[in-house]
Amino acid sequence: MAKVICGITTSHIPAVGNAMYDKLENDPYWKRFFDGYAPVIEWLEKEKPDVVINVYNDHGLNFFLDTVPTFAIGCADSYQNDDEGWGIPTSASFEGDAALSWHLAESLINQGFDMTMCQEMKVDHGCVVPMNLMFRHLPKWPCKLIPLAVNTVQHPLPNAKRCYDLGKALRVAIESYPEDTKIAIFGTGGLSHQLQGERAGIIDVEFDLQCIDYIINDPDKMCAFSNTEIMEKAGTEGIEVIMWMVMRGALAPNVNLLHKHYHAPISNTGAGVLLMTDGTD
Amino acid sequence: MVWQKHDYDDIPGTYVFDGKRSNSAYNLNKMAFSFNSEVNRKEFAADMDAYCRKFKLTDEQRTAVLEGDFLKLLHLGGNIYYLAKIAVFHGLGVQDAGAAFHKITTDEFRQMLLNNSEGFQQELQKRGGYWNG
Ligand SMILES: [Fe+2]
Repeated sequence: MAKVICGITTSHIPAVGNAMYDKLENDPYWKRFFDGYAPVIEWLEKEKPDVVINVYNDHGLNFFLDTVPTFAIGCADSYQNDDEGWGIPTSASFEGDAALSWHLAESLINQGFDMTMCQEMKVDHGCVVPMNLMFRHLPKWPCKLIPLAVNTVQHPLPNAKRCYDLGKALRVAIESYPEDTKIAIFGTGGLSHQLQGERAGIIDVEFDLQCIDYIINDPDKMCAFSNTEIMEKAGTEGIEVIMWMVMRGALAPNVNLLHKHYHAPISNTGAGVLLMTDGTD
Repeated sequence: MVWQKHDYDDIPGTYVFDGKRSNSAYNLNKMAFSFNSEVNRKEFAADMDAYCRKFKLTDEQRTAVLEGDFLKLLHLGGNIYYLAKIAVFHGLGVQDAGAAFHKITTDEFRQMLLNNSEGFQQELQKRGGYWNG
């Protein structure tokens, strides 16, 4: 049987991608941020997931505004990164798992989540930066990738509760796949940041830490936030935290927290890292 | 035709990118999307005015693109992720754009980010359980 072995959260901003490319990990600005990933990298090295389901949003590489799926899942044998127009270096391509993807899509649709299925899907920094954060020290990607894109760009967006419920359905879908497969779920993006308008530059440490606490211990409280409430506190781009809720839904109601890291500012954002496994009821 | 109001319209200094904005600036964002391709970037760089006309931008949008007026472009429906693809032609990144929105320098904007995060490590200690090296 396939099994969720962990849930991980991480930032996915391009500035982090560029910092890794320029090898700035020990630069004073970046050091504390990157050092906080070491325990997660070590854990992944030991537990060796077969597949990462990477929950991210596309920022204008694969999806233009002509067609914006609320939830889209990669159903391909491989995925490519590509030119996003502003010079972030392109990463090596990823191996997919089409049979597992199609199973997940079918199960999710049967459970009432009408996924868009993508057989050609370019993955942008939202997906690639987290992969690099976890695996860049290895000569090649150590596991397969299934990208799961959530629309966080063009409103109306799904809310935190809907994302949480998608995660729960994803867990059911995973556990009904017969082949033994160890799956890590990444919830990416966030935390508080606003790139646009006269309110650009807000970082709300207190709200970020409250979200982290809710996501670990009391996800229903996170579900109670409307998207407007999240944007008021965390900024328009801080809404990406809803993608963490997909990851959280795929874990058991109670979790073991193995690692918790926060740093701010990283570029324009508050950045949070969590590593969690299923707990006992 | 009546565009519905939203509770997020009242957040100050904030332009939530919704159907109304996306509809009003479809061509502008579409032009920005075309910059994912290097051939298109070269064509734009060679004659920005002509390229804007090819994508049927309004006069107001075209002027704002040529002048690199990103607050104006936001007002006119530009999406921030797409505007980032235009900003590179003016040698600007998202922090420069952020500074422009505030009419301050990029260094001042970076200082603002630091100020907004000030004391976060004490906050982590208070809450407990956070990694700290
Ligand atoms: Fe993002």
